[in-house]
Formats: sequence, C-alpha cells, structure tokens
Amino acid sequence: MTLFEQFPVLMVVVPMLVAPLLAIVPSRGHLPWSIATITNAVIFFIAISLTQQVLVDGTIFYELGNWPVPFGIGLMITPFSALMLLIITGASLVALLVGYDSMPSEVGAEHQSLLYSCWLLALTGLIGIAISGDAFNIFVFMEISSLAAYVMVANGPNRRALTASFNYLVTGTTGATMYLIGVGYLYMMTGSLNLMDISERLADISDTLPVLIAGGFLVVGLALKAALFPMHAWMPNTYQFAPTPVTIFFAACSTKVALFVMMRFEFVVLLPNLGEPAYFLSSLLIPLCVAAFLVGSAVAIFERNLKRMLGYSSVAQIGYIVLAISLASSAGMTAAILHFFNHALIKAALFTAVAAMLLRYGSDNIDSLAGVGRRMPLTSFAFVIAGLSLIGVPLTAGFISKWYLIQAVLEEPGLGILLTVLILVSSLMAVVYIWKVVEVAYLKAPAGQKLDEIKREEAPALILIVLWALVIANVWFGIDPSLPLALANMEVVELLGVGQ
Amino acid sequence: MSDATLILTAIAIPLVGALVIALNGKNQNRRDALMVASAVLVFLTVLSLLPSVLAGNRPEVLLFFIMPGLPISFAIEPLGMLFGLVASGLWVVTSIYGIGYMRGAQEKHQTRFFACFSIAIFAALGVAFAENMFTLFIFYEVLSLSTYPLVAHKGNEEAKRGARIYLGLLLGTSIGFLLPAMLVTWFMAGTLDFMPGGILQDNVSRSIGAVLLILYMYGIGKAALMPFHRWLPSAMVAPTPVSALLHAVAVVKAGVFTVLKVSIYIFGLDYLQSLWSADLIMWIAAFTLLAASVVAIQKNNLKARLAYSTVSQLSYIVLGAMLASQLAIMGGSLNIVMHAFGKITLFFCAGAIYVAAHKSNISEMDGLGRKMPLTFFAFLLGALSVIGAPPLGGFWSKWNLMLGAVQAHHAIMIAVLLISTLLNMAYLLPPVIRAFLLSPPKDDGHHSDEGTSLRRFGLAEAPLFCLIPLLFTASGTVVLFFYAPAVLGLIEMIFTGGAQ
Repeated sequence: MTLFEQFPVLMVVVPMLVAPLLAIVPSRGHLPWSIATITNAVIFFIAISLTQQVLVDGTIFYELGNWPVPFGIGLMITPFSALMLLIITGASLVALLVGYDSMPSEVGAEHQSLLYSCWLLALTGLIGIAISGDAFNIFVFMEISSLAAYVMVANGPNRRALTASFNYLVTGTTGATMYLIGVGYLYMMTGSLNLMDISERLADISDTLPVLIAGGFLVVGLALKAALFPMHAWMPNTYQFAPTPVTIFFAACSTKVALFVMMRFEFVVLLPNLGEPAYFLSSLLIPLCVAAFLVGSAVAIFERNLKRMLGYSSVAQIGYIVLAISLASSAGMTAAILHFFNHALIKAALFTAVAAMLLRYGSDNIDSLAGVGRRMPLTSFAFVIAGLSLIGVPLTAGFISKWYLIQAVLEEPGLGILLTVLILVSSLMAVVYIWKVVEVAYLKAPAGQKLDEIKREEAPALILIVLWALVIANVWFGIDPSLPLALANMEVVELLGVGQ
Repeated sequence: MSDATLILTAIAIPLVGALVIALNGKNQNRRDALMVASAVLVFLTVLSLLPSVLAGNRPEVLLFFIMPGLPISFAIEPLGMLFGLVASGLWVVTSIYGIGYMRGAQEKHQTRFFACFSIAIFAALGVAFAENMFTLFIFYEVLSLSTYPLVAHKGNEEAKRGARIYLGLLLGTSIGFLLPAMLVTWFMAGTLDFMPGGILQDNVSRSIGAVLLILYMYGIGKAALMPFHRWLPSAMVAPTPVSALLHAVAVVKAGVFTVLKVSIYIFGLDYLQSLWSADLIMWIAAFTLLAASVVAIQKNNLKARLAYSTVSQLSYIVLGAMLASQLAIMGGSLNIVMHAFGKITLFFCAGAIYVAAHKSNISEMDGLGRKMPLTFFAFLLGALSVIGAPPLGGFWSKWNLMLGAVQAHHAIMIAVLLISTLLNMAYLLPPVIRAFLLSPPKDDGHHSDEGTSLRRFGLAEAPLFCLIPLLFTASGTVVLFFYAPAVLGLIEMIFTGGAQ
C-alpha cells in the first residue's frame, strides 16, 4: 500500500497525533505556532490532492484496517466532502497565518501551546465529520471539535469570553445530545450506524413513528449546532469574544460542518426513504430561514461592534444556506454547496481584515475605526471588496451564490417570487451595514484629527498577503466558479442521480 | 487591428488610463496630459469601429463564460455605437474642461478624482458595448460604484449625504428591481442576450411580461423615472465636470440607453406595445417630464435647476421607448446625442460661472453677461437646443418623438411635449436674460478677477481650459442640427438590420 492510498485517514490522524505533542511543547516563542501551521499546511496539501482525485474518480471509499463496512469504520470522501476539506483546512491555515501576528496580542504567552493543541483537535474533529460515513463517528468527531472549540473561545482577551464560551457549551451540548438521540432512534430501528447502510435498511420501515422522530431530533439538534435562527444566540457572542484568529477559523467553517451533516442526513437518509414527511419537515424550515436572513441582516445594521455585526451577518448567511437545503431539490443542493464555499471565502476575508484593524486600533468598535481607510488603505480596500462579495455584487463569489440560490428558489411554484424578493431585501440590508463601515473608514475623521493628517500604518505583511489572497480568491471564484461548481454538480449527480 | 481587438482596446484604455493617472499623481502636468491622451485614444478607437458598423456589421467579442450560458461578451449594434461615440467623444472635451475647472477651483484629491473618472468611462463603454443584459448589468453596477467617490468628493456632511442617497437609490433599484427582473427573464427565457425582436414574446405570458417591464423600468434607476429620481439632484454636490459628463451624459445616458436596449432587444417593440404596463410607464414618464420641469422652475441654484431639467429630458427618452413605434424610438435615441451636447454645454457654463465669478445661484447672476458674454452665449445655445428650437440639434429629437407619438396612436403625447417645451423655456432662458439684460448689483467688487481669462478685453471669463470646451460643445449643438440625418441613418439601422 502506498502512502497516497492512505491520504483519507491521514487527514484525521496527522492533526490528531500532533495535537498532544503540542501540549507538551514549551509555550515560548513561535514554536507552537510553527508546529501547528506546518501540520495544517501538510493536510491542506493532502486535501488538495484528495480533491483532485475526487474530481477524476468520484467518491473515495476508505475502510479503516480493511474491515469491511458496515462492520468496520468507513470513511467516505464525496465531492462535497472534498470541498469541505478544502474549506476547513484552508480556513484553518488562513486563520493560523493571521494568528502569527494577531494571536500574541490577544492570548497570553503561557497559553499558546495549549491553544494550538486545541486548535489541531478542533481541526481533527471538523475534518472527521466531513469524511466520516458513520453516524456515530460523526457524533464523536463533533464532540472532539466542540470541546476543543469551547476552550479556544474561552481564551479570548475579554473576560466575557468565559460566558460566551459557556453559552456556546450549553447550546452545543444540547444540540449534540439531540443529534445523538436521533442517531439512537435510527440505530434502534435499523441496527446500523453507517449512513449508506441506514439508508438501505430504512427503505422498508420508512414511515414508522420512531424514524420520523429521529428525523425531527436530527434536524433540530443540527440546526442548533448550525446556529439557525432562532437558535443562533450563541454565535455572535462567540464570534465577538473569541480570539480573532479563532473567529476567522470558526466563521468560515464550524457552523457549516453542522449544516454539512444536516445535508448528509437530509439527502442520503431522509429524503430518499421518507418521501412526503421529509419534504414536510424541510419545508418547516423555510420560515425559519427567511426569519434568519431578515432578522440577522436587520440586527447587523444596528450593531456597532464589527465582529458582532459580522456574526449577525453569518446568521443571515446560514439562513440562505438552509433555505437552499430545505428546497430539497437538485438546484437547491447546488446552491447550498456553492454558498458553503463562497461564504467561507467571504467571511474569512472580512474577519481577516477585522483582525488587522483590531491589531492596529485595539478596538473593533465601528466608531473607533474612523479614518481607517487612510491609516490602512490596503486593508480597508480589501474589506470593501469582500463586503461587495457579501452583498452579492457581480464578478464576486457572493454573486454566484445569490444567482444559484435565486434560480433554485424560482423553481418553487408560488413561493418562488416572494422568496426572491425577500432574499433581495436582505441583500439590500447587507448594502446598508457594509456601507456603514465604509463611510466610517473613508469619510469620517477621528476626533481631533483631519483625514489628510492620518499617517499610514498598514497591517503586518503576512496578514496583508493572506487578506489579499482571499480577496483575489473572492474575485477569481466570482469570475470562474468552475471548481466549486464542478464538485457541487458531481455531488448532486451522485446523490440525486440527476444532471444539472 | 480586427474589430474584436478594437472593442477590447476601447474598453481597456480607460481602465489602464485610471491606473496610469493614479501612478502619476505626483506630477500634475504629466498626469493631466496622459489623461487627455488616453481620452483621445479611446475616442479614436471607438471612431474606428464606426465604418464597420455603418457597413452593417455587428462586431462582437466573447471574453469568457461566468456560468454556463452566461458570458461576458461585447457586441456593437448601432445604438451602442452611438452611445459609445457620445460618451468617449465628450470625455475628451470634459477631460480638458476638468483640468481647467479642478485647478481653477483648487479642488483637492485631483488624482483620485481623475482616476475614478476614467473608471466611470470604462464602465460607460462597457454598458454601451454589452452583448447581453448580464454584461450590461455588471458594468452598470461598476458605473454606480465608481462614481460614488466622485459625488462624495468634497467629503463634507452635505456631500456624504448626497452620495449616500445617490448610491442607495442606484444600487437599491438595481438590486431590488433590475436583478430580479433579469433572474426571472433568465429563468423563463433561458437567455439574456440582446436579440433583434426581443427574447420574451415566445416565453413569457403578457401578464408576467407587464410586471417584468415595470421591474426593468424602475430597476434602471439611472433613467430617473419618478419617484426614484432623487439621486440625480443629490449628485449635484459633485464638482461640475462630474455633473457635466456623468450626470448629463455617461451615467444618465447609460440609464436611458439601457431602457432603449431592454425595450428593443429584450421585449421587442411588438411585444412591448401589447403590454398594459407600457402605457402605464408612458404616462409616468409623461408625468415625470412635466413635474420635473415645474420643479426646475422653482430652483434658484443653477445646477439643481439643470439636474431637474435632466430628469425631465431623460423621461423624453423613456417616453419614446414606451411609445414603441419606430419613429419614437429614433427620436428617443437621437435625444441621447442631442441632449448630451446641450446639457453638457449648460453644465460647463454653470461650472465656468462658478470658477470665474464664484456664483451658483441664478438670482446672483444679474448682469454677469457683460463680464462673461461668451459663456452666456454658449449657455443660450445649449438652452435653445434643450428646448428644441431650430436650428439647433435638439429640434430633431423632439420632432421625431412627436411623429413617433402619432405613429403609435398616442397623439396626446404631442400636447405633453409641447407643454414641456414651454416649461423648458420658462426655466432655461431666465438665467440668460438676467445675465444680459439686467444691470449688475452695485456692491460687486469683493473678489478679484484673479484666475480668469480674457481680461485684456475687459472680460472675466473662466480659464481657457474651461472656456474652449464649452464653446466647442455649444457649436456642436448647431452642427448637429445639420448632421442629424446622418445620425438618424445610423439609428435606423437598428430596424433595417445589419445583414445586407
């Protein structure tokens, strides 16, 4: 067996083995950071290689220790998993690179090695969820990543990070428990934990009550983890008080992983077997999604803290994604997968810009950032472009998402037009809250100073490079979305058996 | 060079020009010389495409596909040729005028100003040459965004407020109405290409088509149909060259140009005539052109008066499009050219008066004609052209519009046009009359004539850089009276088709 064939399992094993090592490394200098970053870079390249493999050959199945599924543990890298791997490892790498400059200013030196150790554990968990084909393993990985995440959030510079982390813990645990109950019901009825296997065995008993209850628990539990409105309260708090690099990491991928699992269950287990009740269940989510993007955007308009504002914007974006999922159509699935990718690009770029501003200003209050357009022109301009992408202006990644989302919504008879209008209203609200920042950045002078007198003081070079790489990616995938589109289409064809 | 290369060159030059301008900010003279050079180059490039279009070709070039079936591509048809020529030709004049004005009025941030100006022209040419609605939409948005810094140029509260209204209304209408209209068109017709005869009649029922038309007409906020016209007066806080080229020519004409394009190539005239909402929009346009004229009469600030006059004149073109008869379309298209020359002259004069005499209110202009006879004579010519008096260019567009109204069996619109002509006279002639016939106020001696030209002759005209361009465009209004048939010949090719 060559190393190449072991790539799927290495994605999990490498960070998992390095994590405990990091915990005993002396917490001084850049050593812990270097180890974490190098590890992350290695698995990022493995993820790229796996993606190429998936693009050519389709889904990769991997059996641990050669024990055949469903008796052994199976890994399954579908095209969508591959995309998730790219998002997770990419976002984590970006966040770590930003952390080089930003982390020491927010987290005490004595905690660095433990923090990075947790970081790798969280990474392990998220990757595990993305490639696991087993419902219970998904739960285990979910717990690994969540427990690590609570610690990371609690390390935030403000003492309120502790309460934010506690909120996060209570909600996250509730969600995970509900998920476990759902899986338990399914196991009770089918005697299997492997997703594909469950799906096959469900065919005969699909309309029994325990299965329906399982569906309900799964969806609600995952919605809680994914911060779907009205179960979102923990998220803006977490984003605001966690150390900024951690926010970048989580904003780009942590809630999405819960949505990923939701999609797995929805499209692999529930829809093919349950039929009508499953469609009913998912249509129940539509009002919640609409409320999510309307309320999320509206609150973001009035929010004066930049990180928190972007947190509410994420509430809205999750509303878009779940809306696309709950349409339960091939177009909806494509739209959801595309927005997974694009939203990660957008939010990573925005939070990276915020990290840079926070480093120079020591505050992420919008009013205190007056004149940042003069002091940090490159950072501010990057923020503007990423903001345009968030709004969904053409030639940015965000536009592609909106386009596919609305095309999917329009397929819905009756509701389509109304939903389109609501989505566009929410986009317009995004214009307002992004422009609020732009005006402060470019047109407002800080107290007692004129705009012309502000000295340039850019972010550190490493952050700037990362930031602009993300911005270029936002434009690149707005002009040529073929990579995420190809993976999304492959996934749709594999799962639903229809071409786009 | 092939036509395809020429198209791309024409669009690329202003973009490169913006970069060159931005890089040469230190050396004012070199920067301005390069700007004029790039303007001339663009105009010559666009001009060199004319023979091919006149020969009946429709040169086109496809850049790349963003999504399947949705390319960024350009094609030149007669209307786009016309708009491209007007925008690029008047850019040459305006860039010269801009040098005189910006230096004369000692404006700050000239480099940013001229760079954004270049990008705006780039966007206007993109709109002119767009081969499909999607491409047009992208450049339409670039035009809105690139002109925002120009409107907010002064950076004071008033400018910020104006710019916010400007961007809010333009982006709001385009995302709120135009984008959904495009999405529905794409969803139902499967294409967004501009096709002779339209793309809707076979795919979209009349009732949906009627709603689409309303969405399109209000989505094109740059056409300033009431009640979404407020952005245009708000934009008058910008320096006068911006008002002259962008808010008399490029931006607003991009709006009505899009209206014409959508009417001719998306709806098709026959289909358009059968929609009930075409009549509705026609009456709204009629109302707008009268109401805006009435408002204009009450404005004392010269630029505000001209702005409302522009709102009124834009509705002539929308009216022409909604009449949907061949002659009315020709009249409307012709008004793009005629009004451009007339109105740019008026704005140049307003700017010249501001630079030379520091006056912007009409009530202060008593007797000013004695010091600035050339400026006010040019103002008279521009005013008469906008009013539509022979032997000036504006005559022909009104003439054709009236014929078109008869052709479309809406002869009552002739009355509307005639009343509007009277109103035009009521608000455009008083400044001239006051300047020439009333005596100057006694206590006028506070400011020196420093920075003015032609003092040798006892005059105090604006600097020659300002004066010559405005005399040039003023004589253009006369010349166009005689060349109108040639322009009409070009427009007529829309209907006779390219392939002879």
